[in-house]
Amino acid sequence: MSEELLKEMAQSIIDGDSDISAELAKKSIELKMHPLDAITNGFVVGVTYIGDQFGKGDAFLPELVMAGEAMKAAIAVLEPELLKLGETREMLGRVVLATVEGDIHEIGKTLVGTMLSASGFEVIDLGVDQSAEKIIGKALEVNANLIGMSALLTTTMVRQREVIEELDKEGLRPRIKVMVGGAPITKDWVDKIKADGYSEDAIGAVKVAKELLGKSDQ
Amino acid sequence: MSSKNIKTISNPKLKLEVLTQDDVKKIHEATLQIIEKVGVRFPSKRALEIWAANGADVDYEKKIVRVKPQIIEDAIKKAPPAYKLAARDPQQDLQLDGNHVNLGTDGCGVEILDIHTGEKRTSCLQDVRDIARVADATEEVAFHWVSLSAQDTPAESRGLHELKAVWENSTKHVQTESVYNVEEAKAAIEMAALIVGGRDKLRERPVLSLMQCTAPPLGHDGGSLDAALLAAEVGIPTGFMTMAACATTGPITLAGNLAVGNAEVIAGTALLQLAFPGAPVFYAAAQTASDLRNGSYTGGGPEDFLFGAATNILADFYNIPLSMGAFATGAKEPNWQAGLEGGLSSFMASVAMSDMLLGCGFLHGSRIWSYAEMMMDCEIFSIVHKMMQGIEVNEETLAMDSIAAVGPGGHYLGQKHTRKHMRELFMPQFMDRRPYSEWETKKDDARDWALAKARKTLKEHQPDALDANISKEMERIIKSVEKK
Repeated sequence: MSEELLKEMAQSIIDGDSDISAELAKKSIELKMHPLDAITNGFVVGVTYIGDQFGKGDAFLPELVMAGEAMKAAIAVLEPELLKLGETREMLGRVVLATVEGDIHEIGKTLVGTMLSASGFEVIDLGVDQSAEKIIGKALEVNANLIGMSALLTTTMVRQREVIEELDKEGLRPRIKVMVGGAPITKDWVDKIKADGYSEDAIGAVKVAKELLGKSDQ
Repeated sequence: MSSKNIKTISNPKLKLEVLTQDDVKKIHEATLQIIEKVGVRFPSKRALEIWAANGADVDYEKKIVRVKPQIIEDAIKKAPPAYKLAARDPQQDLQLDGNHVNLGTDGCGVEILDIHTGEKRTSCLQDVRDIARVADATEEVAFHWVSLSAQDTPAESRGLHELKAVWENSTKHVQTESVYNVEEAKAAIEMAALIVGGRDKLRERPVLSLMQCTAPPLGHDGGSLDAALLAAEVGIPTGFMTMAACATTGPITLAGNLAVGNAEVIAGTALLQLAFPGAPVFYAAAQTASDLRNGSYTGGGPEDFLFGAATNILADFYNIPLSMGAFATGAKEPNWQAGLEGGLSSFMASVAMSDMLLGCGFLHGSRIWSYAEMMMDCEIFSIVHKMMQGIEVNEETLAMDSIAAVGPGGHYLGQKHTRKHMRELFMPQFMDRRPYSEWETKKDDARDWALAKARKTLKEHQPDALDANISKEMERIIKSVEKK
């Protein structure tokens, strides 16, 4: 029975069906399955499968995003149960994401958030038009290991530097790493503002985040 | 009517209709339904107040407006169907009248392949000047889009430094996409007014036009809206450009993506007409698909080519000029992909008679400027220009006398008819038709010749200078918006 349920869980992620994944998570609680068992041996199996298929070029970005969302829906059901047991899921790191002040473009940043959380990071997405003060304040509040900042305009990407300068002034690096992204972001810019890393797409961002936090093997 | 030293496509002989009138009607109805039921985000106090005053349902908290179809349709009807883009040299004014395709440079890039070293580097103000000067000399480029971001100038006045740089290096019309807040828009209008001798002259001689990007899906940027309203008030042509991309910022299906983009543009355009009835506006679009593997803007590919041919049918339906994105490519170098994407996208947008065609010069999803790419894009435009003239069939072109004179066998090289018409054949600048052995001595190609032409132009071409007093005054205006 539980074997079959685990398989269905993996399949719900592969199908990217949030309704079914949440339903199966509830069912596992009713059946007294340990939440970590459901996550690790059920849902994560689906995420890994889609990730592998994507790597081979057989799955596409919408499937990855929907798998990520189905995973999120299942975790939302299981997390309170874990807390009741006094346990927590081991995460790869805690990331604060934001689009910088004066900039309202968010799709790339949101995609990075989805990919990071599907890969086992805890993601706090502040949204768009966020000042250095708010970004750093939130990072300190949640004890983040990583800040990710997006900008689409050459006139707003200068704000990425402001956040980094502020972090340096407060002596918060290297405790908090910084990665940046956005269409106008180039390697030259990243070097100039002394960011720790950057990626040109959301898939690459996961790799960069893992490298920065020393979790490349996971 | 033609403009001095400018090649535009007109009186087209080719026709291609990718959408039927029934298709257009369906897209239009879907668009009105989107604007009425789903709504469009207008994050500007001024814009929301205009909508409210005109009977729209305004959600001030979410900044979303929902508008009855009649209000939109009535507003759009007030837009002028034709007007001109004025140039610093009045002989280079451009007609936006549905019968001219005018090529511009592409814009807003962040890097450049240096014209001398070939190295890729961050763009700066001098690049904006140099590109404007080369484009000024090129007959294919009819107007400028500010090509690159002048990243060595202050962020708050960058769009103004760029405008000044183009005006000082070219007499052609300038369009910018880099003025998107009230302060810069006010200053840009003042700068344009200097050229034509007063703000009140801008409506008659708009030497500047503004392009504002929408924020798909179904949104606008607040600063852009405020800047657009300021421009519309003084009669500076203003357009909203959608770049809705299938799968990410727009629906995966092409028709749905057209409807979403159309809703953004039409709602924005209606706002300007409600505020300033009769203001010159244009439709602007560079819809695309997203790459399914990495989510990137594809810039090229069959979906883009279809959007290129479809959008002017929509703009014609609303009876306003169109600026269409073409020549976009994901290629990292001027290569097979760049040529293919430039060729097909510019052909499809031209065959539909898009009034403005943007634009030549970029690689890597409109990020990296290449002078060689610019020159080769210009040649592609010339090829399309030639094709659009079609095939003329009459007594003279049927060449019956010549055919009788040569008879079976023989050749036409010695015929007066041949000599009379030979210059009608297209003479490429960058196509390699040499004997193999000649190629083998150097193994050079289009890229080398295109770059050499750009270098020569940059070295030799001296555009008519802008009055030194106007330059000085522009400098003062720019300084006034810079932070102390």
